[in-house]
Amino acid sequence: MVERAGIMTYGAYIPKFRIKIAEIARVWGANAEDIIGGLGVFEKSVPDLDEDTATIAVEAARHALSRRYLEPSEIGAVYVGSESHPYAVKPTACTVGEAIGATPEMTAADYEFACKAGTAGIQTCMGLVMSNIVRYGIAIGSDVAQGAPGDALEYTAAAGGAAFVIGREDPIALIRDTCSFTTDTPDFWRRNGEEYPRHGGRFTGEPGYFRHIQGAALMMLERTGTTAKDYDYAVFHQPNAKFPRRIAQMLGFSKEQIEPGLVVPYLGNTYSGSSMIGLAATLDIAKPKDRIFVASFGSGAGSDAFDIEVTDAIESGVFKRDAAPKVRDLLKDPVYLDYALYARHKGKIVMQG
Amino acid sequence: MSVARFWRKIPQRYNLIGTKCDNCGRYFFPPRTFCPVCRRNGRILEHQFKGTGKVVTYTVIRAASEQFEHFTPYVLAIIQLDEGPRLTAQVACPPDKAEIGMRVKKVFRRIGTDGSSGVIHYGTKFVPE
Repeated sequence: MVERAGIMTYGAYIPKFRIKIAEIARVWGANAEDIIGGLGVFEKSVPDLDEDTATIAVEAARHALSRRYLEPSEIGAVYVGSESHPYAVKPTACTVGEAIGATPEMTAADYEFACKAGTAGIQTCMGLVMSNIVRYGIAIGSDVAQGAPGDALEYTAAAGGAAFVIGREDPIALIRDTCSFTTDTPDFWRRNGEEYPRHGGRFTGEPGYFRHIQGAALMMLERTGTTAKDYDYAVFHQPNAKFPRRIAQMLGFSKEQIEPGLVVPYLGNTYSGSSMIGLAATLDIAKPKDRIFVASFGSGAGSDAFDIEVTDAIESGVFKRDAAPKVRDLLKDPVYLDYALYARHKGKIVMQG
Repeated sequence: MSVARFWRKIPQRYNLIGTKCDNCGRYFFPPRTFCPVCRRNGRILEHQFKGTGKVVTYTVIRAASEQFEHFTPYVLAIIQLDEGPRLTAQVACPPDKAEIGMRVKKVFRRIGTDGSSGVIHYGTKFVPE
């Protein structure tokens, strides 16, 4: 039998700035109550003037490594999933590798698969670890999410990320299985050179989000011979609060099972960071033997499902959960911006050249 | 800043890599290759600073050079690292929150960019601990 890979440690990072959804609605003359009611999102995170996908990825990775000492030179793979890599050509993963001391003996690449590029990185690391090519691999989902001014996406597109170190030796959580469901579905895209993504509006729901997550999730339940009741927690991609609640219900998961990982109401949609920050928030409170179901979603479209079981190591001396801020701590004490300052932070104001 | 100059300083800028004299225990940042006290008895080793320290003094930049003009007002401080050396760096906090003696820790941020198409200079700034 193949020895399974697991999560050695994890970390998240969320910038401290927020904008309230009501403030965005005010600028565009939209009905704030309708929008907040429809999305179930009250505010979203905004990066500082000097923060981007790379800085968020580095902070998340450093938080992960502060929870558990792993020899940085033993990290043999770095993958960063994002829709907002700072460079079109030049890997964010190299900057992260350098900033955590993993260079030069490592492989690295940037991934893009809308909101599921980070979980695709986890799968790649699992493959490398299980085949004994590397000892540890680090997979990061990080974004300073883009949404065009006035577009529906602007109400939720947020900034944040999470990092997961994958390995085999005494993991804090075992990844029992993973599988994916992928088709060519143009529900959301951004053409090369374009600043903002476009989407199929309501088309993104049924043929995109629901079909793919359901596809991957049902495949996973069948492969593992489990039902929703066999899991303590479940985490789904969270572009808003409505979609994950509905897919959970469709698959038989309860409100209580998704509650710890449902961070979108006060964070927004961190794109590649979304389901990974949800998993980080769930691991923040998980106990040994807890079983966590995860299904990410990336437009274009696909979903990666994971069956995760927390081990005794999470409460052992090798892992210090309190050595880095928990997701709920990162959401505390925000600094609120009005739309004008938000536009400045996001670089939405066209400056004189 | 030229690409080569930025690239050469990546270990210092990203990870606060300096040096330490193993003979007298003094720490150096930026790194020295020679201990000015122990001279030929010095033994210089690489040292990664923890990235925690305190603000010795600071100023608020309101009229910045061209590369930083859109970041004003910002706090520029002399920070004493816990190991001893002092360095000049930005503190990412509102100017009215900055205080002499304030504890700070390192964060990874964008320092600047070479225009809209040039290299992005990443490096270390500090935030209140």
